Amino acid sequence: MSAETLTTQLKAGLDAPICLTWELTYACNLQCVHCLSSSGQRDPRELSTAEAKRVLDELRDLQVFYINIGGGEPMVRRDFFELVEYSVDNGIGVKFSTNGAFIDAEKARRLASMDYLDIQISLDGVDAATNDAVRGAGSYDMAMRAMEHLAAADFGPFKISVVVTRQNVPQLDRFKALADSFGAQLRVTRLRPSGRGVDSWDHLHPTNAQQREIYDWLMANGEHVLTGDSFFHLNALGDPLPGLNMCGAGRVVCLIDPIGDVYACPFVIHDEFLAGNVRDPGGFARVWKHSELFTSLREPQSAGACASCGSFDACQGGCMAAKFFTGLPLDGPDPECVGGDGEVALAELAAVPVVLKPRPSQDHTKPERRLVVT
Amino acid sequence: MSTDLLNPLLERPLALHPQVALRPEPFGALAYHYGNRRLVFLQHADMVAVARALADHATLAEALDACGVDRRRWPSFTKAVESLMKSEIIVER
Amino acid sequence: MEQDAVTETEQDIVVEEELLVEEISIDGMCGVY
Repeated sequence: MSAETLTTQLKAGLDAPICLTWELTYACNLQCVHCLSSSGQRDPRELSTAEAKRVLDELRDLQVFYINIGGGEPMVRRDFFELVEYSVDNGIGVKFSTNGAFIDAEKARRLASMDYLDIQISLDGVDAATNDAVRGAGSYDMAMRAMEHLAAADFGPFKISVVVTRQNVPQLDRFKALADSFGAQLRVTRLRPSGRGVDSWDHLHPTNAQQREIYDWLMANGEHVLTGDSFFHLNALGDPLPGLNMCGAGRVVCLIDPIGDVYACPFVIHDEFLAGNVRDPGGFARVWKHSELFTSLREPQSAGACASCGSFDACQGGCMAAKFFTGLPLDGPDPECVGGDGEVALAELAAVPVVLKPRPSQDHTKPERRLVVT
Repeated sequence: MSTDLLNPLLERPLALHPQVALRPEPFGALAYHYGNRRLVFLQHADMVAVARALADHATLAEALDACGVDRRRWPSFTKAVESLMKSEIIVER
Repeated sequence: MEQDAVTETEQDIVVEEELLVEEISIDGMCGVY
């Protein structure tokens, strides 16, 4: 069986996710301008510790090997360590994504003592100026301190995760050097216009010229850099990037949000992509296996307006989150289509007098942050 | 390809690494190594059967025989086992 | 593929190579951040 057949099988969905993202809380100490979950304030309907453990029991029974815990800032939860330990004790490896604010020397030592645990520190600039413009004053220092504590505690290789923006594309080599200096693994991922990203996308997303730069850099460095398979929309530029090169949403991955809602992926927190809730009868397993949304995502998808384009096999029409939140139809080009078809489609949209682009269905942004962001 | 029957790997005692879990799938199985986080698709029921049988047989060749794998397919299987050893999914006992 | 009825040396028989294992990165599925 070829790799092509493998992706055909995966697109039809599996009986359990291979991996999933679980946002433990909408509470966060930061207010990043592009936050995909629009986090800030805790939601009073958050899953309790007992409910969270029941979800983990289900994932164990489904033989999900590995989960990505995030938020908001997951370490804000008082039961953070209890849940992580429960997870690994039940055979579910954990990677958690954090801004590092709560990793002091003592926590670093505690984390270093745990097995089957990976850590991903978010960083969007190689210096405070670039990073803090997106993630807030002091966030660069916060992340660097966390990395230093992890290094001092001999945690081993952690991941540094970067969302690629117009402002940090020129810094890719320096991100790599930073990761190398810590013996850490660099991860670079695509910015989606999701969550607060809906409003910051226009000035943050890479330019067309930069897309080529990103593609070339990944082709040169991709062996040692993780991408979460998030750049397959660039495959039309040449040979395919390493990876599965397919959308995993609702097929091999999904999101569980802090109130138990199950979405196709973390980048589509919107009712249109809501499959169910873990509190529903049948729990997570029933949602994964039988929800209408996931069943529909596992059917062959139409190329639609992209059908006549020779690049469709390579780019798959891009990312549904990118299309959805920029107001583009899902069966057409990605807003960042390297052939320029997305730009044409967006221009046509802009010409229409009233265009209501979708807004995220959950917004936990703290009130004082709801100002115009420059 | 025929000389592959002389592949020394066939005479080795092998097993799945103790930190590997197999999850059945319609097309075979997912193999995940909790230690090194590597994830592999085993793409055929026979490959899964052989992987599971390794620990109970003195050599890879005996495991292949026990699973009824035609000798003409052995080159594909030894190549797969070599790949799985590189990922440490399969190890020598 | 016709099997030679007289001899059974493997050289006479060409069997298609099977791709029995495929590795993917645990980080290699789009939709996880």
